[in-house]
Amino acid sequence: MAGPTNIFDVAGRAMSAQMVRLNSVASNLANADSVSTTKDGAYRAIRPVFEASYSDATLKSGLATVDVAEIVALDREPTRIFRPDHPLADREGYVFQANVDQDEEMVEMMEANRQYQNTVSVVSTMRTLMMRTLNMGR
Amino acid sequence: MTGFSDSLGVHATALTLRSQRNDILASNIANAATPNYKARDIDFDALLTSAIAEGEMATTHKDHLSSASSAQGVLYRQPVSAALDGNTVELGVEQMQFSENVSGYQASLSFLNQRIAGLMSAIKGE
Repeated sequence: MAGPTNIFDVAGRAMSAQMVRLNSVASNLANADSVSTTKDGAYRAIRPVFEASYSDATLKSGLATVDVAEIVALDREPTRIFRPDHPLADREGYVFQANVDQDEEMVEMMEANRQYQNTVSVVSTMRTLMMRTLNMGR
Repeated sequence: MTGFSDSLGVHATALTLRSQRNDILASNIANAATPNYKARDIDFDALLTSAIAEGEMATTHKDHLSSASSAQGVLYRQPVSAALDGNTVELGVEQMQFSENVSGYQASLSFLNQRIAGLMSAIKGE
Protein backbone atom coordinates (compact mmCIF):
# COMPACT_ATOMS: atom_id res chain seq x y z
CA MET A 1 0.00 0.00 0.00
CA ALA A 2 1.23 3.49 -0.82
CA GLY A 3 2.67 5.63 1.95
CA PRO A 4 0.59 8.17 3.87
CA THR A 5 0.27 11.65 2.40
CA ASN A 6 -1.19 13.66 5.28
CA ILE A 7 -2.13 13.45 8.94
CA PHE A 8 -5.66 12.21 8.26
CA ASP A 9 -4.25 9.35 6.21
CA VAL A 10 -1.86 8.48 9.05
CA ALA A 11 -4.62 8.52 11.66
CA GLY A 12 -7.23 6.72 9.56
CA ARG A 13 -4.95 3.82 8.75
CA ALA A 14 -3.65 3.61 12.33
CA MET A 15 -7.24 3.45 13.55
CA SER A 16 -8.22 0.74 11.09
CA ALA A 17 -5.15 -1.28 12.14
CA GLN A 18 -6.31 -1.03 15.76
CA MET A 19 -9.80 -2.08 14.65
CA VAL A 20 -8.35 -5.23 13.07
CA ARG A 21 -6.64 -5.89 16.40
CA LEU A 22 -9.93 -5.41 18.30
CA ASN A 23 -11.71 -7.71 15.85
CA SER A 24 -9.13 -10.44 16.39
CA VAL A 25 -9.50 -10.05 20.18
CA ALA A 26 -13.28 -10.39 19.79
CA SER A 27 -12.87 -13.54 17.70
CA ASN A 28 -10.46 -15.02 20.24
CA LEU A 29 -12.71 -14.29 23.20
CA ALA A 30 -15.76 -15.63 21.37
CA ASN A 31 -13.92 -18.89 20.73
CA ALA A 32 -12.22 -19.09 24.13
CA ASP A 33 -14.29 -22.04 25.30
CA SER A 34 -14.75 -23.84 22.00
CA VAL A 35 -13.55 -27.45 21.86
CA SER A 36 -12.76 -29.92 19.14
CA THR A 37 -12.30 -33.66 18.75
CA THR A 38 -8.94 -33.31 17.02
CA LYS A 39 -5.87 -31.23 17.80
CA ASP A 40 -5.86 -29.66 14.33
CA GLY A 41 -9.54 -28.80 14.55
CA ALA A 42 -9.16 -26.78 17.76
CA TYR A 43 -9.39 -22.98 17.50
CA ARG A 44 -6.06 -21.16 17.67
CA ALA A 45 -5.84 -17.55 18.90
CA ILE A 46 -5.12 -15.07 16.10
CA ARG A 47 -3.12 -11.88 16.27
CA PRO A 48 -2.43 -9.15 13.67
CA VAL A 49 1.20 -8.24 12.87
CA PHE A 50 1.71 -4.48 12.59
CA GLU A 51 4.14 -2.92 10.16
CA ALA A 52 5.15 0.73 9.77
CA SER A 53 4.32 2.24 6.39
CA TYR A 54 6.50 5.23 5.55
CA SER A 55 5.60 8.19 3.40
CA ASP A 56 7.31 8.32 -0.02
CA ALA A 57 9.03 11.51 1.15
CA THR A 58 9.65 10.33 4.69
CA LEU A 59 13.00 12.11 4.95
CA LYS A 60 11.20 15.38 4.31
CA SER A 61 7.90 14.89 6.06
CA GLY A 62 8.64 12.20 8.66
CA LEU A 63 5.15 10.77 8.10
CA ALA A 64 4.58 7.10 8.89
CA THR A 65 1.44 5.10 9.53
CA VAL A 66 0.55 1.52 10.47
CA ASP A 67 -0.56 -1.32 8.23
CA VAL A 68 -1.54 -4.85 9.18
CA ALA A 69 1.10 -6.98 7.44
CA GLU A 70 -0.61 -10.31 8.17
CA ILE A 71 -2.71 -12.11 10.75
CA VAL A 72 -1.01 -15.07 12.38
CA ALA A 73 -2.29 -17.92 14.54
CA LEU A 74 -0.40 -18.15 17.83
CA ASP A 75 2.05 -21.03 18.04
CA ARG A 76 0.53 -22.59 21.13
CA GLU A 77 -0.78 -26.12 21.62
CA PRO A 78 -4.50 -26.53 22.35
CA THR A 79 -5.12 -27.96 25.84
CA ARG A 80 -6.21 -31.59 25.98
CA ILE A 81 -8.79 -32.01 28.71
CA PHE A 82 -10.66 -35.07 29.96
CA ARG A 83 -14.40 -34.68 29.36
CA PRO A 84 -15.87 -38.10 28.64
CA ASP A 85 -19.45 -36.74 28.76
CA HIS A 86 -18.80 -34.25 25.94
CA PRO A 87 -20.38 -35.17 22.59
CA LEU A 88 -17.16 -34.19 20.79
CA ALA A 89 -14.91 -36.31 23.02
CA ASP A 90 -12.62 -38.78 21.26
CA ARG A 91 -12.55 -42.50 21.97
CA GLU A 92 -10.46 -42.01 25.14
CA GLY A 93 -12.78 -39.27 26.45
CA TYR A 94 -10.57 -36.25 25.67
CA VAL A 95 -11.39 -32.97 23.85
CA PHE A 96 -9.01 -30.23 22.64
CA GLN A 97 -9.77 -26.78 23.99
CA ALA A 98 -8.86 -23.52 22.19
CA ASN A 99 -5.50 -22.02 23.20
CA VAL A 100 -6.98 -18.64 24.17
CA ASP A 101 -5.67 -16.90 27.30
CA GLN A 102 -8.62 -14.73 28.31
CA ASP A 103 -6.60 -12.39 30.58
CA GLU A 104 -4.11 -11.79 27.81
CA GLU A 105 -6.94 -10.98 25.40
CA MET A 106 -8.40 -8.45 27.85
CA VAL A 107 -5.02 -6.70 28.14
CA GLU A 108 -4.73 -6.70 24.34
CA MET A 109 -8.20 -5.18 24.11
CA MET A 110 -7.39 -2.41 26.60
CA GLU A 111 -4.18 -1.53 24.77
CA ALA A 112 -5.87 -1.39 21.37
CA ASN A 113 -8.62 0.73 22.89
CA ARG A 114 -6.16 3.25 24.33
CA GLN A 115 -4.20 3.42 21.10
CA TYR A 116 -7.39 4.14 19.21
CA GLN A 117 -8.34 6.91 21.64
CA ASN A 118 -4.87 8.47 21.43
CA THR A 119 -5.08 8.62 17.65
CA VAL A 120 -8.56 10.16 17.76
CA SER A 121 -7.44 12.87 20.19
CA VAL A 122 -4.39 13.68 18.03
CA VAL A 123 -6.64 14.11 14.99
CA SER A 124 -9.14 16.31 16.81
CA THR A 125 -6.30 18.54 18.09
CA MET A 126 -4.81 18.83 14.61
CA ARG A 127 -8.21 19.61 13.13
CA THR A 128 -8.74 22.42 15.66
CA LEU A 129 -5.33 23.84 14.74
CA MET A 130 -6.16 23.72 11.02
CA MET A 131 -9.47 25.49 11.62
CA ARG A 132 -7.70 28.23 13.57
CA THR A 133 -5.11 28.57 10.83
CA LEU A 134 -7.86 28.94 8.24
CA ASN A 135 -9.29 31.78 10.29
CA MET A 136 -5.93 33.53 10.51
CA GLY A 137 -6.12 37.32 10.10
CA ARG A 138 -9.88 37.59 10.60
CA MET B 1 6.00 41.59 -1.18
CA THR B 2 9.06 41.34 1.07
CA GLY B 3 7.54 44.04 3.25
CA PHE B 4 4.70 41.76 4.29
CA SER B 5 6.82 38.71 5.05
CA ASP B 6 9.32 40.90 6.91
CA SER B 7 6.62 42.26 9.16
CA LEU B 8 5.35 38.73 9.88
CA GLY B 9 8.80 38.00 11.21
CA VAL B 10 9.93 34.62 12.45
CA HIS B 11 6.40 33.43 13.18
CA ALA B 12 5.57 32.33 9.66
CA THR B 13 8.65 30.06 9.57
CA ALA B 14 7.95 28.85 13.10
CA LEU B 15 4.39 27.92 12.13
CA THR B 16 5.58 25.81 9.19
CA LEU B 17 8.14 24.01 11.34
CA ARG B 18 5.60 23.43 14.13
CA SER B 19 3.19 21.99 11.60
CA GLN B 20 5.84 19.62 10.25
CA ARG B 21 6.74 18.57 13.78
CA ASN B 22 3.07 17.91 14.57
CA ASP B 23 2.89 15.50 11.62
CA ILE B 24 6.00 13.64 12.82
CA LEU B 25 4.76 13.38 16.42
CA ALA B 26 1.35 12.19 15.19
CA SER B 27 3.11 9.48 13.16
CA ASN B 28 4.98 8.43 16.30
CA ILE B 29 1.76 8.16 18.31
CA ALA B 30 0.11 6.20 15.48
CA ASN B 31 3.02 3.74 15.51
CA ALA B 32 3.15 3.27 19.29
CA ALA B 33 2.38 -0.45 18.90
CA THR B 34 4.43 -1.25 15.78
CA PRO B 35 7.40 -3.55 16.48
CA ASN B 36 10.81 -2.09 15.50
CA TYR B 37 9.38 1.36 14.74
CA LYS B 38 11.85 4.10 15.71
CA ALA B 39 10.35 7.34 16.99
CA ARG B 40 11.44 10.40 15.02
CA ASP B 41 11.56 14.11 15.69
CA ILE B 42 13.15 17.33 14.44
CA ASP B 43 15.38 19.72 16.35
CA PHE B 44 12.98 22.65 16.25
CA ASP B 45 15.34 25.29 17.71
CA ALA B 46 18.23 24.40 15.38
CA LEU B 47 16.03 24.31 12.28
CA LEU B 48 14.40 27.62 13.19
CA THR B 49 17.77 29.26 13.81
CA SER B 50 19.17 28.03 10.50
CA ALA B 51 15.99 29.08 8.67
CA ILE B 52 16.31 32.62 10.09
CA ALA B 53 20.03 32.83 9.40
CA GLU B 54 20.07 31.46 5.85
CA GLY B 55 16.51 31.76 4.69
CA GLU B 56 14.78 29.08 2.70
CA MET B 57 16.91 27.86 -0.20
CA ALA B 58 15.17 27.75 -3.56
CA THR B 59 14.24 24.26 -4.81
CA THR B 60 14.47 24.44 -8.59
CA HIS B 61 14.62 20.71 -9.30
CA LYS B 62 12.36 17.86 -8.20
CA ASP B 63 15.29 16.10 -6.46
CA HIS B 64 16.19 19.16 -4.38
CA LEU B 65 15.47 18.90 -0.68
CA SER B 66 14.12 22.01 1.00
CA SER B 67 16.63 23.43 3.46
CA ALA B 68 14.24 23.70 6.39
CA SER B 69 13.42 20.00 6.22
CA SER B 70 16.53 18.36 4.79
CA ALA B 71 17.50 14.75 5.42
CA GLN B 72 19.42 15.78 8.55
CA GLY B 73 16.29 17.52 9.77
CA VAL B 74 14.32 14.42 10.76
CA LEU B 75 16.26 12.65 13.50
CA TYR B 76 15.65 9.62 15.73
CA ARG B 77 14.63 9.94 19.35
CA GLN B 78 16.77 8.45 22.11
CA PRO B 79 14.34 6.44 24.26
CA VAL B 80 14.33 6.74 28.06
CA SER B 81 13.81 2.98 28.29
CA ALA B 82 13.38 1.12 25.01
CA ALA B 83 10.75 -1.60 24.68
CA LEU B 84 11.79 -5.21 24.03
CA ASP B 85 10.10 -5.28 20.62
CA GLY B 86 12.48 -2.61 19.29
CA ASN B 87 9.87 0.16 19.39
CA THR B 88 11.24 3.45 20.75
CA VAL B 89 7.90 5.28 21.05
CA GLU B 90 7.14 6.22 24.64
CA LEU B 91 3.57 7.46 24.79
CA GLY B 92 4.14 9.81 27.74
CA VAL B 93 7.09 11.48 26.04
CA GLU B 94 5.33 11.77 22.69
CA GLN B 95 2.15 13.16 24.19
CA MET B 96 4.03 15.79 26.16
CA GLN B 97 6.05 16.79 23.08
CA PHE B 98 2.84 16.92 21.09
CA SER B 99 1.04 19.15 23.58
CA GLU B 100 4.10 21.41 23.86
CA ASN B 101 4.23 21.67 20.10
CA VAL B 102 0.50 22.40 19.84
CA SER B 103 0.90 25.21 22.39
CA GLY B 104 3.84 26.58 20.39
CA TYR B 105 1.77 26.43 17.22
CA GLN B 106 -1.08 28.34 18.84
CA ALA B 107 1.36 30.93 20.21
CA SER B 108 2.82 31.50 16.72
CA LEU B 109 -0.70 31.72 15.35
CA SER B 110 -1.66 34.39 17.92
CA PHE B 111 1.45 36.42 17.10
CA LEU B 112 0.68 36.18 13.39
CA ASN B 113 -2.91 37.27 13.99
CA GLN B 114 -1.71 40.31 15.91
CA ARG B 115 0.77 41.22 13.18
CA ILE B 116 -1.93 40.86 10.54
CA ALA B 117 -4.32 42.98 12.61
CA GLY B 118 -1.59 45.63 12.83
CA LEU B 119 -1.08 45.53 9.05
CA MET B 120 -4.82 45.74 8.46
CA SER B 121 -5.19 48.84 10.61
CA ALA B 122 -2.19 50.40 8.81
CA ILE B 123 -3.81 49.68 5.44
CA LYS B 124 -7.19 51.06 6.47
CA GLY B 125 -5.58 54.10 8.08
CA GLU B 126 -8.20 54.34 10.79
